[in-house]
Amino acid sequence: MSRSQITRPHAPTGLGDDDAGCPILHVDMDAFFASVEVARRPELRGRPMIVGGTGSRGVVVAATYEARQYGIHSAMPMSRALRLAPDIVVVPPDHAHYAAVSAAVMAMFTAITPKVEPLSLDEAFLDVGGARRVHGSPRQIAARIRAQVHDEQGITCSVGIAPTKFVAKLASTQCKPDGLLVVPADRVVAFLHPMPVGALWGVGERTEEQLHRLGLRTVGDIAHTPRSTLVRALGRAAGTHLAELAWGRDERTVSTMERERSVGAEETFARDVDDPAVILAELLRLSEKVGARMRRAGFAGSTVSIKVRFADFTTITRSHTRRVPTDVSREIFHEARGLYLGLHLDRARIRLVGVRVEGIVEADAVEAQLVLGAPERGWREAEEAVDRLTDRFGRGAVRPARLLPELQVPLSPPEGPTTTRPRER
Amino acid sequence: MKFRIDRETFADAVQWAGRTVPARPALPMLSGLRLESVDGADSRLSIASYDYEVSGRVEAVADVAEAGVALVNGRLLVDIARALPQQPVDVETEGTRLRVRCGRSTFELPTLPVEEYPPLPPMPEPSGGVPGTVLAGAVAQVAVAAGRDDALPFLTGVRIEVDGEQVTLAATDRYRLAVRTLRWTPRDPAFSAAALVPARTLADTAKALAHADEVHLAFGSASLGEGLLGIEGLDRRTTTRLLEGDFPKYRSLLPSESPTVARVETAALTEAVKRVALVAERSSAVKMLFNGSEVVLEAGAGDDAIGLDAIECSVSGAPMERIAFNPTYLLEGLAAINQPVTNMAFTNPNKPAVLTGAASFEADAADDYLYLLMPVRLPA
Repeated sequence: MSRSQITRPHAPTGLGDDDAGCPILHVDMDAFFASVEVARRPELRGRPMIVGGTGSRGVVVAATYEARQYGIHSAMPMSRALRLAPDIVVVPPDHAHYAAVSAAVMAMFTAITPKVEPLSLDEAFLDVGGARRVHGSPRQIAARIRAQVHDEQGITCSVGIAPTKFVAKLASTQCKPDGLLVVPADRVVAFLHPMPVGALWGVGERTEEQLHRLGLRTVGDIAHTPRSTLVRALGRAAGTHLAELAWGRDERTVSTMERERSVGAEETFARDVDDPAVILAELLRLSEKVGARMRRAGFAGSTVSIKVRFADFTTITRSHTRRVPTDVSREIFHEARGLYLGLHLDRARIRLVGVRVEGIVEADAVEAQLVLGAPERGWREAEEAVDRLTDRFGRGAVRPARLLPELQVPLSPPEGPTTTRPRER
Repeated sequence: MKFRIDRETFADAVQWAGRTVPARPALPMLSGLRLESVDGADSRLSIASYDYEVSGRVEAVADVAEAGVALVNGRLLVDIARALPQQPVDVETEGTRLRVRCGRSTFELPTLPVEEYPPLPPMPEPSGGVPGTVLAGAVAQVAVAAGRDDALPFLTGVRIEVDGEQVTLAATDRYRLAVRTLRWTPRDPAFSAAALVPARTLADTAKALAHADEVHLAFGSASLGEGLLGIEGLDRRTTTRLLEGDFPKYRSLLPSESPTVARVETAALTEAVKRVALVAERSSAVKMLFNGSEVVLEAGAGDDAIGLDAIECSVSGAPMERIAFNPTYLLEGLAAINQPVTNMAFTNPNKPAVLTGAASFEADAADDYLYLLMPVRLPA
């Protein structure tokens, strides 16, 4: 790749170069998964290519900029992408490799400043306010990061530099791909106000609609609306939040706290499903999977959540927090089942279900409230035995009878497994 | 319908019947209280409520000018009755409205179609009686251990077993078990019965009848519907549907022997547990560490906040190092013991502890009440 790409003019919006009050960097890899694939398969360079599952229900997880010109974007069903560009190259995702590249990039950030907040595999906030003496100004640091990512990983990234996190993130989006943009402290308002309201952090589809109904289309419109009007329309929290953001005020600091770990699994059905027995069986399978992973990692978690995506792609999640953390698949399923039945779905068509456990703690630090009349060795021990058999004989060596393919015992909603553990208060 | 009634009598009666008006009625008319005035020699007002689970009925002396029936919104009438000034209350229907006048206050409520109100289940014949204060105390001691999870309905009840003159009440949420025995006066000395009664209804009703000289319990018979318990006293009657399901066979779960017994002052232990539990996040365990003539209470762990306290304690039998409990369950048990001294009997740190009360350190433990508590197993 030619270096000209990296040194193209930086400030497309003519905001100037003053990075004095701009300690926050938002670094965002460009088309991360796709770029990583291109980096290790040079023959794909310049060609439209997508990364994604190839099954009938696969989705695009990343698309090169060349592919995007066909109107393809991530999260699009694969079938649709292939209709838009029948000859496109499709590469199956290799998450382990992406995670390794991501770890290398994040390690590079941490060498510059300890204040790194990863948002996902491919983006992070950096606070370089304290690094000036050693590493130079924020702009110099950003330029170095971009060069180094390119040299070491063969991929490009974009960096937004601003006084606050959300402005830095907007700036990186503005200069994508392969760009760098400084929003000087005294130009934040000029930068923000022409933007559409949807650009603001926290404004989703619904809030955008509400704002449009008030006749507010740009961030500037919001900034010049009395706070009381916003609060009345959106509620106290959201109204106050937007009034602050519209003037570029964002109190969030770069938080190096490790993001709360969670363990989850989800499954897209080959065809939409409306049969509760099939969905419950899938929730059971996912609970088994999540439980086994947690036990292997030595985790227990207190919050169990389920995710349900309907045929029309609307997605809901429901969660319940237990009094005592668990790593027992059966208990995870008990919660998941309760959450699913609590939706009272009337044979709605479901595309995807997921089970997740959050509020992770070390399993051997968990206190166990003992139960009257329960055997001293219970389900947990049984599942540990299953884990050992799985290690020895492979996945599925032992599994719930309901999940045996040749023995599809129906799992009707009113019955199901009954654990006699009272719900937490 | 037209009657005059003493303000206190009216407010009490409305309040009593109003307790069983459902907060979220399945049918609109179930939100009502049914008022009926009876004239003649036995002139009185009768107020009833029913939600197909629990029925309440109360009779009160009233000066009835005109017999009649009316159904009005229960919650509203409860609020109004409570707020009326200290003057005689005049109530009458006029067309589809009910007027309540008291002093210079007047309220007019729309009536609901009383003919649609379901008939209350008949009250079974009383099976026996017990002083109101005894019943209220015993039920309160037991109901604390009942489950509150409607997904496991058979644990939300109090099991009542009657064997002649002996009544046994028991409840468990599987983390603790409370058992209380008491004497009562059955109509038939050989009477025996067993029922699983919703704990909340039983506790509320027993408490409301605590000042009755005698409260009658009426167990349903085959002819009157078996799934019913009637409770009666002070011209007030409640019926409640019984819970279905098998109550755990708890007698076999009681430890046959307890090698270690610790005696503590109930109030001292209560105060100490309350103090250290301040740092027990999300009801994490409180540890009891036995050390000679004292027991050390400890909550919290590691880098988090820690709380320590110690109280006098006399241990007899096999040595016991430590055991841990959910502080809420422990405190609820200590409150239910209701005696100056608590005996805690242990087998080992993973087996149930049995709490009983005693009048003093020297006295024997009371044998009419026990609170069994499952410990918390601490991380290795």
